[in-house]
Amino acid sequence: MSVLQQTPVAVPAPAPRKRYRRQDRSGYLFLLPWFAGMLFTIIPFFASLYLAFTDYNLLNPPEWIGLANFREMLADERLMRSLRVTVIYTVVSVPLSLAAALGVAMVLQQGIRGLPVYRAIFYLPSLLGSSVAVVILWRYLFGVDGVINKGLAWFGITGPAWTTDPSHALTTLIILHVWTFGSPMVIFLAGLRQIPAAYYEAAAVDGAGPWRRFRSVTLPLLSPIIFFNLVQSLIASLQTFTQGFVMSGGTGGPADSTLFYNLYLYLRGFTQFDMGYASAMAWVLFVLIALLTAVNFLAARWWVFYDD
Amino acid sequence: MTTRPWARHVVLCLVGALMMYPLLWLLSSSVKPGATVFTQPGLWPESWDLTNYPAGWVALEHPFSLYLANSLVIVVLSIVGNLISCSLAAYGFARLRFTGRRLFFTLMLGTMMLPGHVLLVPQYVVFAKLGWLNTYYPLLVPNFLATNAFYIFLMVQFMRALPTELDDAARIDGCGPFRTFWKIIMPLSLPAFATTAIFTFISVWNEFFGPLLYLTDSELYTVPLALRQFVDSEGQSAWGQMFAMSFVSLAPVIGFFIAGQKYLVKGIATTGLK
Repeated sequence: MSVLQQTPVAVPAPAPRKRYRRQDRSGYLFLLPWFAGMLFTIIPFFASLYLAFTDYNLLNPPEWIGLANFREMLADERLMRSLRVTVIYTVVSVPLSLAAALGVAMVLQQGIRGLPVYRAIFYLPSLLGSSVAVVILWRYLFGVDGVINKGLAWFGITGPAWTTDPSHALTTLIILHVWTFGSPMVIFLAGLRQIPAAYYEAAAVDGAGPWRRFRSVTLPLLSPIIFFNLVQSLIASLQTFTQGFVMSGGTGGPADSTLFYNLYLYLRGFTQFDMGYASAMAWVLFVLIALLTAVNFLAARWWVFYDD
Repeated sequence: MTTRPWARHVVLCLVGALMMYPLLWLLSSSVKPGATVFTQPGLWPESWDLTNYPAGWVALEHPFSLYLANSLVIVVLSIVGNLISCSLAAYGFARLRFTGRRLFFTLMLGTMMLPGHVLLVPQYVVFAKLGWLNTYYPLLVPNFLATNAFYIFLMVQFMRALPTELDDAARIDGCGPFRTFWKIIMPLSLPAFATTAIFTFISVWNEFFGPLLYLTDSELYTVPLALRQFVDSEGQSAWGQMFAMSFVSLAPVIGFFIAGQKYLVKGIATTGLK
């Protein structure tokens, strides 16, 4: 190939260059809506960085206040509580839902009759999980005399006041999140299909038991997909809003126990019109997510394995 | 791991029953008399109250048909917008070679990772300055400008898999890029269009935050905003009505899911595999 490229006889150089130019115009035409849309992305991106250093209530022009918003954040107890709620929610529910997704995907993978039906049953909740109707449903399932407590009473357990007790309100939302494990499950299922059966057969011939085959064949070959699901779920979970809003009637209560970071951002920005403060909050979360993703990508070098 | 098939079926059925229980409970509560929702434990109603549906339909400030119609208008226009703008961009990225293509493509992938809340405040300010608050423009216009990079990416993945000989043959026959897109690539990409349409339907139908932010007049409300009013009013006997309307709001998603399962599963599986 390199020899061919070094012989400057066959094709005169300017010709492909010219054709490239001619495609420029149509390329840009096709991207025209996207370019316009990027204006709605790039300009707000920098504008929000600027607003983070201002005091702005939408009525008066933004006033530059330097780092004051960030200093206020450090002393803001509600903000710290909202950060804690969001982190606990993420750290508990993401691993649980991914484990459930992988577990069920592996059972389904073994070639079972009625696979499409099972897959549909497990996948459906993930399409409904963020809808207001389902959060309302959850509120009543976990009510003081809701179905969950009726079921617990059956076993002689007195259930707590799930939704009104600050130490349990978040648990109900974590359970709701785990209930939506269907979409990572579908991705796992597709990934498991890509692992050649011969690997398992070879491992079995070498005397590897089920656990060993899982650790030495499934996990490494599936690791890029585990990684993808992990990054996606973390980013989505850190941005949770609707669940906390609807569960608490827009307050984040009881006692701020469902005050997600984005819910607090909404309350500050769009009910109190602290637009500058809300922008500063948005940027802090953005930097946190970016850092977390970067750490994930760095850590991935140690455990994510690419076949080729 | 070769467990016995019946054991697997038992496990899957148990987990499946647990997954379906909340939805079945919702359906059952929607046909029980409001006062008995929490006293009758069984899923099968001891007494039926089908009036929950007509009564719930008119329980809020406006009839539920208005909220359904509002949601439908937004959903249909969002689908049209996403299909047009994202497929054009995807064709450009997947099949045309032009200066800066790689750079723009990286930028597009970057916006896929960008959390929406970073843009929230300035976008709100812009829409406010344009006089678009309390209209559907903030919810619709971005969809016509291909701002949802996920759908572009999905279509790029699909279009890249089509043989390049198609474009060459079309060019030899005298087709420009637009005719090639319209007559050849677009018809072949219909499965990707279907996936995009269904995903758009489900996410826009469920969307709560955008309408909450931009819509203030109750006659413009979408279904999720309307449902939320049931929680705020919280009448003791209105439970049955609230569950009835909750079920009405979920039914189209369930219907679309049953109709388009094939495309949904394929779409979500390919995004994860890259």
